[in-house]
Amino acid sequence: MEKGKGLARRWAVEFAESPSSSSYHVPDPLGFSRSSQDLDDANGGRQKKDAEAAWKAQKAWEVAQTPFKNLLMMGFMMWMAGSTVHLFSIGITFSALWQPLSALRSVGKVFEPYKDSRVDTLAPKLLFLALNMAGLALGVWKLNTLGLLPTHASDWVSSLAPAQEVEFSSGDI
Amino acid sequence: MAMAVRVCLGFLIVLLYSNFSTALYEDQVGLADWHQKYIGKVKQAVFPTQKSGRRRVVVSTEENVIASLDLRRGDIFWRHVLGKDDHVDQIDIALGKYFITLSSEGSILRAWNLPDGQMMWESAFYVSTPSKSLLYVPANINLGKENWFLVFSGGWLHAVSSIDGEIVWKKEFAIDSLEIKQVFQPPESDIIYAVGFVGSSQFSVCELSSKSGEVLKHNTASFPGGFCGEASLVSSDMLVALDATRSALIAISFQSGIINFHQTYISDLVQDFSGMAALLPVKFTGIFAMKTVSSIYLVRVKGVSELEVLEKFNHPASVSDALTLSEEQQAFGIVQHVETKIDFRVKLDKDLRNGVLKETIEMDPQRGHVQKVFISNYVRTDKSHGFRALIVMEDHSLSLVQQGVVVWSREDGLASIIDSTTSELPVEKEGVSVAEVEHNLFEWLKGHALKLKGTLLLASPDEIAAIQAMRLKNSERNKMTRDHNGFRKLIIVLTRAGKLLALHTGDGRIIWSLFFPSLHRSEACEHPSALNIYQWQVPHHHAMHENPSVLVVGRCGPSHDALGFFSVVDSYTGKERNSLKLAHSIIQVIPLPLTDSTEQRLHLIIDANLQAHLYPRTRDSVNIFLREMSNIYRHSIEVGKDMIRGYSLQSGCNLDVADEYCFNTKELWSIVFPSESEKIATTATRKINEVVHTQAKVIADQDVMYKYVSRNILFVATVAPKAAGEIGSVTPEEAWLVAYLIDAVTGRILHRVTHHGAQGPIHAVVSENWVVYHYFNLRAHRYEMSVIEIYDRSRADNKDVWKLVLGKHNLTSPVSSYSRPDVMVKSQSYFFTHSVKAMAVTATAKGITSKQLLIGTIGDQVLALDKRFLDPRRNVTLTQSEKEEGIIPLTDSLPIIPQAYVTHALQVEGLRGIVTIPARLESTTLVFSYGVDIFFTRIAPSRTYDSLTEDFSYALLLITIVALVAAIFATWILSEKKELREKWR
Repeated sequence: MEKGKGLARRWAVEFAESPSSSSYHVPDPLGFSRSSQDLDDANGGRQKKDAEAAWKAQKAWEVAQTPFKNLLMMGFMMWMAGSTVHLFSIGITFSALWQPLSALRSVGKVFEPYKDSRVDTLAPKLLFLALNMAGLALGVWKLNTLGLLPTHASDWVSSLAPAQEVEFSSGDI
Repeated sequence: MAMAVRVCLGFLIVLLYSNFSTALYEDQVGLADWHQKYIGKVKQAVFPTQKSGRRRVVVSTEENVIASLDLRRGDIFWRHVLGKDDHVDQIDIALGKYFITLSSEGSILRAWNLPDGQMMWESAFYVSTPSKSLLYVPANINLGKENWFLVFSGGWLHAVSSIDGEIVWKKEFAIDSLEIKQVFQPPESDIIYAVGFVGSSQFSVCELSSKSGEVLKHNTASFPGGFCGEASLVSSDMLVALDATRSALIAISFQSGIINFHQTYISDLVQDFSGMAALLPVKFTGIFAMKTVSSIYLVRVKGVSELEVLEKFNHPASVSDALTLSEEQQAFGIVQHVETKIDFRVKLDKDLRNGVLKETIEMDPQRGHVQKVFISNYVRTDKSHGFRALIVMEDHSLSLVQQGVVVWSREDGLASIIDSTTSELPVEKEGVSVAEVEHNLFEWLKGHALKLKGTLLLASPDEIAAIQAMRLKNSERNKMTRDHNGFRKLIIVLTRAGKLLALHTGDGRIIWSLFFPSLHRSEACEHPSALNIYQWQVPHHHAMHENPSVLVVGRCGPSHDALGFFSVVDSYTGKERNSLKLAHSIIQVIPLPLTDSTEQRLHLIIDANLQAHLYPRTRDSVNIFLREMSNIYRHSIEVGKDMIRGYSLQSGCNLDVADEYCFNTKELWSIVFPSESEKIATTATRKINEVVHTQAKVIADQDVMYKYVSRNILFVATVAPKAAGEIGSVTPEEAWLVAYLIDAVTGRILHRVTHHGAQGPIHAVVSENWVVYHYFNLRAHRYEMSVIEIYDRSRADNKDVWKLVLGKHNLTSPVSSYSRPDVMVKSQSYFFTHSVKAMAVTATAKGITSKQLLIGTIGDQVLALDKRFLDPRRNVTLTQSEKEEGIIPLTDSLPIIPQAYVTHALQVEGLRGIVTIPARLESTTLVFSYGVDIFFTRIAPSRTYDSLTEDFSYALLLITIVALVAAIFATWILSEKKELREKWR
């Protein structure tokens, strides 16, 4: 069923002519001056577009800042989880790692609604990226405090086979 | 946070305790373990004649065991293992219900209740001079009256009451230096005769009053030829003795106090006599048995001067004691070898020419020659006498022969195992018949359905019993093929008699056996004895078509410079693949860590001239050996001289004939312990085949310590010479124990520690980088166990992570003992309750699983003790990170957890050794312990973390999966239908 819905809006054909052309057939009502209206329209359109762009830019900045709240919440959760390895702390740490990662992957999608030739989404994107990076760093830091990162010598030598011995000696048993 | 910590701690505690309890449930007994009871080589046997005991025989053995056996099946009714030094000298039956034993060189007399083996009384005698002991139990003992047993031991003659074992009177003979050879009391007489020798040439007869022990008459006569000390009583007034040269018989009559001698040369009596003769201790009236190099002779004594040879039996043969059938009739049995068969004959003393019974019995050639025979009679339905014989063979086995067949046999050689090794079983072949599979499948399903019922607590008691029986009879574990987990193996054991036996680990049955003395006996090699077993060929990658084989090394005589022999035995079939008479002696066998192209292990044999001989003698092996020769060393521990020497090997040896397989040894170093203050008590080395998983030990706060892992580490414990005796023989000030860790290549002492006030016996075990040893602390009056862990400090600065990540470190490069090691030692001592008989450590395939110490306790059980209890880093107050690491808080003594007994309710009587064998499953170790009994089980020191338990209900899992899949399908179909309905609406 959902498939059907999706398909219905894949493409559309507009049979009506453009609004400007239609006005040639129907006489304008009394007291209506087309030229001023046309001018107004163009003027208003520009203004509208400006407003939209401003709104989009603002929204983009807002979206870019959302990971900050996440960051704070994650920090709090991590503090709650403690520094020992158990189910709760592992879950939190992995969600702290996963969220920024998935956000980073879908960064294009997140900013798509605000994409505009007149809106500069680069700066919000960079902020978004930076904040998510910070979130990721927090997750990694947490992973490290849990001792799950191979940052110690012990992690690299714990299964190192004993060195071979050159000499061999045997005696009475 | 606090909650989290609590949860975490709880988790840790659960983890901790789950590791400790490796106990079994009651219904798991016998699933993986088996226990076999033995008695050892039978020395003496008596058959009870009273009604109740008719179906039994009581025996004493060389393993100091007394036992009552079922004559029908050979099972043990009851059994007692006496102490290690409590050798049984004489046994007898009194009053028809008491079993009397005289042990410890005649110093302890005990009476046991015949039906159940309970001890009735015990009495101890003072023994001044060790001598052969004698026990005389009057034959015509009557129940109502108090009767006395006569015991001669250590120069004293004791009369002991038969009721409570109290000494009624005693008489010393040691003053006259009279050694009594025979004590007897003629029936219906109050006089006891004691006959013996004074010195080597005087014969003495004493007549004593049986009431008081007073000497009534004492006659002594001297014989110029001298006596050798052996004598045989032929009647109540005549004795036959051997002279000092053992070439003449002396008949001595002592009727009414007059002593007469008559000498007869054996060469006059029998033809082609040479060498020496011996008298056999058999009791017949009027007849004695004499043994020469080639034969056994039965000689009748007709008068003092008249001896007549009745019969001659060529070796190997054996003659039984006389069996009294009636007042005037005696019978005796003779067993003789006729090629592969044995001839069993019973004769009556009245009619010696014609035997009562003559049977020929097929005997397993792997049992060697007949050693002893005991006969007993039974009355047949037609009132005639039937006879059965208990035969002790050369391989220490015991068989009952009746009506021409071997009724049962006991493989009692297994009571004296001296060495053991293991072998894999053959790989399973393709081509199992379909019918078998179907049958198995049906059985499998039925079994699992039953098990499922048991799991769901739906089974009735009968079904529970059926489940248990099914688990015990699991045919899977007794298969003759290799299994995936490596639980099925062959344990190849060598017994003191020289028999090689292969036991299946599934149920302990004997797969094959091979008796070495009969294989290798020859003119040049008269008394072959096997010494040790080694792995000869273990095919892995090359030579897969070959069967694995073991090497048995033996000697032709008891002395160290006797020539050796070699025998390679196929582990699957038990056939000797090839054998070799060596032209040199064997004092040491060194299995090298080298194999040739056919995977035969190279062995070095050191002879008495300290020359090394390389085996196998092939070009290939010499080439392999020469490449490695400069790195091969040997050391010898000379316990008597308190010295350890190290040798290197050199090409060429000073033989007359050039021999490229012979190498010279050159002394490199020696460690001499000061003889006035130290005496070598124990040495221990690591097992050559032990696998160590890692060289690093991660400690708290993710720090690393590098273990000093070396094959060449030698642990030596010395004690003060004064304190070498029994515990308590010296004061704590005079006793000390010094423990050394020595590098056996260079002779460098890595560590030395002194324990003041400590005394042996010391038991030690070395594994990985640690040694644990057990001794007695005289100051604390308790046993103690110490641990020494040795770490390599020169590697400790390998801490740079990036270097480790990139592999720029030298931790895996080969190390030499000559590069000066910088070691650090951690040690700790703990009290331990038990004294120890044997100690071993678990071994696993990859060495990852944590270790357990296996301790053979004084109660002949095997106790598993976690190595973590013997951690030198245990502390009273532990930091959080140390707790996380699993370090146990310090206690002064090691806990003995009742569930940790590997042997659960069983006892391995006379425990002497514990052997651990890694299974293929990393978590599991096979444990084989032996003494008089043998016991096998498998243990998992950290539980079976790598496999499902055997009880795991596969049926339940299968049913769950099927049910889930079915549910998924059902719900899918239902949802589809519902959707369709929704669409049409």
